[in-house]
Amino acid sequence: MGRTVVEKILARASGRASVSAGDVVEPRVDLAMSHENAALVLNQFHAVFLGTDLEPKIWDPSRIAIIFDHRVPAESPKTASNQKKVREFVAKHGITRFHDVRGDEGGICHQILPENGYVRPGAVVVGTDSHTTSHGALNAFAFGIGATEMASVWSLGVALNIEVPQTIKVVVDGKFAPEVGPKDLILHLVGLLTAEGANYRVIEFHGETIRDMPTSGRLTLCNMSVEAGATSGIVPGDAETLRYLREEARVTDDVIEMVLPDADAVYERVVEIDAAKLAPQIACPHTVDNVKPVDAVVGTRVHQVVIGSCTNGRLDDIEVAARILKGRRVAKGTRMLVFPASGRIFQEAIERGYVSELMKAGAVVMNSGCGPCLGVHEGALGDGETALSTTNRNFKGRMGNPTSDVYLCSPAVAAASALTGVITDPRVGV
Amino acid sequence: MATVFFKTGDDISTDVIYPGRYMATVLPTETPQFAFADNAEVNGKLKAKQVAPGSVIVAGKNFGCGSSREQACSCLKGYELTIVAKGFARIFLQNSINLGLNLITAPDIEANEGDELEITGDKVVNKTTGKTFATIPLPAARQAIIDAGGLIAYTRKRVVENAARA
Repeated sequence: MGRTVVEKILARASGRASVSAGDVVEPRVDLAMSHENAALVLNQFHAVFLGTDLEPKIWDPSRIAIIFDHRVPAESPKTASNQKKVREFVAKHGITRFHDVRGDEGGICHQILPENGYVRPGAVVVGTDSHTTSHGALNAFAFGIGATEMASVWSLGVALNIEVPQTIKVVVDGKFAPEVGPKDLILHLVGLLTAEGANYRVIEFHGETIRDMPTSGRLTLCNMSVEAGATSGIVPGDAETLRYLREEARVTDDVIEMVLPDADAVYERVVEIDAAKLAPQIACPHTVDNVKPVDAVVGTRVHQVVIGSCTNGRLDDIEVAARILKGRRVAKGTRMLVFPASGRIFQEAIERGYVSELMKAGAVVMNSGCGPCLGVHEGALGDGETALSTTNRNFKGRMGNPTSDVYLCSPAVAAASALTGVITDPRVGV
Repeated sequence: MATVFFKTGDDISTDVIYPGRYMATVLPTETPQFAFADNAEVNGKLKAKQVAPGSVIVAGKNFGCGSSREQACSCLKGYELTIVAKGFARIFLQNSINLGLNLITAPDIEANEGDELEITGDKVVNKTTGKTFATIPLPAARQAIIDAGGLIAYTRKRVVENAARA
């Protein structure tokens, strides 16, 4: 019987000849990522060793990555103290893949991992962040876990009692229309599957649209797979995966082995999408699966536009915004905030002139990090205000104010709308 | 017998259960004060200790969707609540098993605030309406963790076994 990508990865990681959906396995973990919530992980990690005569010991410090991104620089003494605690822990345990609040090597965890070559095809990656699904873009099986589960991984080096997920095959063919791209595709897919439609399942992406898509776009797709409930999104490895790893992530391994599904792999269902027919998509308040073509909400007043996050803060996202805003002005009464996803991306955006173009247009270019996506700091919304954002969630109160509305869209829609102050179709011109 | 003290709908996210702005608070002893922080009534009742341990939140499908933040479980565990929902999001379910928060999946559950529920091994009986609802057992793969009294205890056992073998 043929195997899907996740079945092959989990078989290898658990030392078995083959596994299929429904089997329970205990895969070794190749990479374990945490952000500020490492403060909770280390608390639970110490609790594991309580009452034993053993010293708390991490199974393999070289396989742990900790990145500060959710609230950088610290917005409160409490966060600063948590970060301090994590820094001390990192030093004590010899964790080298630590990305502190820095302009050179800092940034959002889901950009830091790929751009530093921490993720390899075939790897099992766990992260104390639901958007860990992102790393399936590099042909890994990557999924989100809680802090206590991470403490267990730190102690044992395996993910416990994992049920091999069923796989939904998504086949995307056709070329995107101008100003339509990966974000529109994933919003459309989440709308199609619904917020729980892929719960306990993996989404495997296929088709010519995926083949032609750079890794940055694939990261956007896998990132938001969790918004349909998916355990992970996965792209079978190909020439683009290899290009990204060699050229952008600067990986020098002699051999990089891709994991491909068998031709007769068993899928729970197959979903086919014609990318050419897609219009720009918008997820309307207050669920990510409340997705409509942009036409349905054109003209809605927008108080704050956000471009950034682990979903859409990459160089090509910022490039789109800079192209649309160049020589123009953000509408009066609308604030536009841009968050490059990492220090490296920020530097490139400066060198290419994007930052200058965005600032001249009136955008505020902020430090790399999660920004206002999760409603902690940097860009709170006023009562009753509306945000249009390239981030990934629009739940009630998500951006910190339960009386506000959040709409989710692509960088093109966000930039076009920043110029008019209302939701605008970027294809129509502004 | 357990009383339904709060009924809510589908797709209740962890942002609603435990808003992001309180995420710097991580310790299970401190998170309960922010449970449903943006819902003054529910948060107020919980903090005022007007909700007896074992009381029930009834929810729709996909309860706990979104962020992996464990605070969304520990804040409810702090009040020893039971959540009866039509379905749970994966990470939330896993976190709850790990921390020992009692979740019951009952796909057809119908209950209102004030109803009395009797929860047994394989069903929920709404004593107020007289209706019975089947439940779906937790994933068998996680049973060992529940049996051990949570993931910390389970992992501790494994760590000690590994050390003895080394």
